[in-house]
Amino acid sequence: MTKRGQKFGKVLFASMLLTLTVALSGCSGDKAAGDSTQIADTSAANSSEANTVANAETDTSSEVPGEATETENDASHITIGIPQDLDSLVPSLSQGAGTQEILYNIYEGLYKPDSEGNLVPAVASDYTMSEDGLVYTFTLREGIQFHNGNPVTVADVKYSIETCAGLNGGEPVISAFSNIVSVETPDERTVVITLKESSSPFMAILSTVEAAIVPADVTDLQTNPIGTGPYKFVSRSLQENVVLERFDGYWGEPAHIKDITLKVLADSDSIVMNLEGGAVDLVARISTAQAAELGDDFEVLEGTMNLVQAMYLNNAAAPFDNEKVRQALCYAVNKQEILDFVSEGKGTLVGSSMFPAFGKYYVEELNDLYTTDLEKAKALLGEAGYADGFSFTMKVPSNYQQHVDTAQVVAEQLKQINVTANIELIEWETWLNDVYQGRDFEATLVGVDASTLTAGAMLSRFRSDAHNNFINYNNQEYDAAYKEALAAEAVMDDEKATEAYKKCETILAETAANVYIQDMCELVAVRKGFTGYTFYPLYIQDFSKLDVQ
Amino acid sequence: MKRKKIYSPNFIIGLVITGAMLLLILIGFVHTPYDITKMDSAAKLAAPSFKHLMGCDNFGRDIFSRVLKGMGNTFVIAAATVSIGTVCGVIVGAFTGYFGGLLDEVLMRVNDVVFAFPSILLALVFVSIFGTGKYNVIGALGIAFIPSFARIVRGEFIKYREMDYVKSARLAGVGQLRMIFVHILPNAMPVLTSSIMIGFNNAVLAEAGMSYLGIGVQPPSASLGSMLSESQTYLFSAPWYALFPGLMIILMVLGLSLLADRGAK
Repeated sequence: MTKRGQKFGKVLFASMLLTLTVALSGCSGDKAAGDSTQIADTSAANSSEANTVANAETDTSSEVPGEATETENDASHITIGIPQDLDSLVPSLSQGAGTQEILYNIYEGLYKPDSEGNLVPAVASDYTMSEDGLVYTFTLREGIQFHNGNPVTVADVKYSIETCAGLNGGEPVISAFSNIVSVETPDERTVVITLKESSSPFMAILSTVEAAIVPADVTDLQTNPIGTGPYKFVSRSLQENVVLERFDGYWGEPAHIKDITLKVLADSDSIVMNLEGGAVDLVARISTAQAAELGDDFEVLEGTMNLVQAMYLNNAAAPFDNEKVRQALCYAVNKQEILDFVSEGKGTLVGSSMFPAFGKYYVEELNDLYTTDLEKAKALLGEAGYADGFSFTMKVPSNYQQHVDTAQVVAEQLKQINVTANIELIEWETWLNDVYQGRDFEATLVGVDASTLTAGAMLSRFRSDAHNNFINYNNQEYDAAYKEALAAEAVMDDEKATEAYKKCETILAETAANVYIQDMCELVAVRKGFTGYTFYPLYIQDFSKLDVQ
Repeated sequence: MKRKKIYSPNFIIGLVITGAMLLLILIGFVHTPYDITKMDSAAKLAAPSFKHLMGCDNFGRDIFSRVLKGMGNTFVIAAATVSIGTVCGVIVGAFTGYFGGLLDEVLMRVNDVVFAFPSILLALVFVSIFGTGKYNVIGALGIAFIPSFARIVRGEFIKYREMDYVKSARLAGVGQLRMIFVHILPNAMPVLTSSIMIGFNNAVLAEAGMSYLGIGVQPPSASLGSMLSESQTYLFSAPWYALFPGLMIILMVLGLSLLADRGAK
């Protein structure tokens, strides 16, 4: 009897293990949609800010702060699911894109990006730039105050910028800010920033959350974050939630919803449960599969993730050092079929390292440069001396389910031209180390996004001597075109610069630097009754525009 | 009298299940109804039907074909793992158990160290150093499985080395290697056999766990564990996707457990 009991126990144990395995599935779920393949580099030098600094005075900026009318929804509350806890509450120390997109609501820089990707005045109300592009003079917004009620002074601005630039001692927090020589405050409303050399992306970098203005006299920002944004910090429970409240002294258009709770949903498989169960009202970047599981209580909004998903090829590794081989892969891959398999056809096809949110820089025609043509692909392989095909290893970060899925479809498509793609799943940290920094790979399938809406944020990495040129792209024509763009920017010839950037993109596409696929679709689940979710062309969640019906 | 009854119902059930599993695995090696990586957009998440016995996955791949191949992969990995564990474990266990002394102390402390880590954790470390993939998983799990076999065999050898028949054989001048492998090892076989079966079950589960975590069999190949992992998103919309691989794991483990129990009697 005992023996039987033991045996039964063993079987039971085995089945329990299995059940547990299924249950544990939650832990490893597809975080793909989560915190994006954020490998854009704020320090990406020499890009263009060009026309992104637009309409200096918008109608909101003329509002007198402190008199923001109490909005109607005073009891309103929303719970928003976020994929990970915030890595820091101090803007200059924040790292993850998932953290910065939240801090966007608490802190503001002198300028900040709006939903069109333009830079609009925030803590500053205006600025002028000297002819040589070395001296920026900002005018402090009148009457603007911090969440603790203290007015923002030029000393606070000086302190914040100097901290980021490392002028108060220590390393510059933002590497591009090492270009700053001095921050001066000639009077109570003027801040003058002097640069070593002119830099067109300066304003864009100044507008990121890292460069936010913080009070000089508050030393415990980590536990007591104080900024000037539309929401102020109330409390935080580590790995659990962050509570925000509308800041009624906000200078601009006040937020609609009064209370916001950000609930950490580290387990992506619990997202559907949390939404359906009513624990959260809004979750951004869910997968198509999750969206399909949601009931009628939810509206699924569709935007784009603003990145370029591609099979990035190491242009220095055989056989990808041969342009014909790379082109053959482009002809063999059917992008639309990938979308159909992986995301129910959702997503925007791209043909070069640029996505539609960039507007004028985006060249749509490049999408059709390689229409699927297996015969042509085989012919090109034959010309390159690989008539019998070849095999290579594709490293894919395992935490991004969408990339893993895409990789499988690509591998299947390449079989048709006798090319074998062996998929190797690796951890995200390993990917950063080996592939991105070590450049030790043949092919990889990821998305690359941009930290600012400057063409350089996408294109500078493909210069042959760029430090982040992880695909080892080496094309002199490209380098020349890029220089041309920079030269045009230096003399503020925007049209010519745009032309040159477009030429860069065309070269990338024509030489098949990578097998470009898509700008993935971003799905946001919002409980019916809430409105106003706004997609940004950058990695930003703007809570102030949310409203209750 | 119970001793004489060779075929207990449990044993027969175990035999049938294991036999059926082996048959499926064999079929999988020779032929699958569909190419296991062939995608079909028309059959995405199709429910089980006569065309696709177990339905289709999110790429429209035939789950039955993938289960057949996946079982094969799981079986090969588990068998190779247990072989490594058994061979090394028997050698280590036999020598330490038979000779004792310093060798025993040193090897068994090393054994304890390896044993102290959960096998999955140890395998994770191994894989993070040598990379992912089928053969690395075999190596990783194989090493992790050595200590348990070594202990069992050592225990048996300690028991037998002082027995009269061993003493008399020794007096008759039997060599040490012959003594270990011809005279004592066969006596340890019953215990060893059942621990091999239990070990095989653990290896099946460990492989499933590793592939589930994405470090075993790499896509687009299939193993039961990786299929479970891929299916979790579709647990509600396509339950058959998770059900069949899961069922196969249960059946494989159940069948051998029933057999192993008989062997232990």
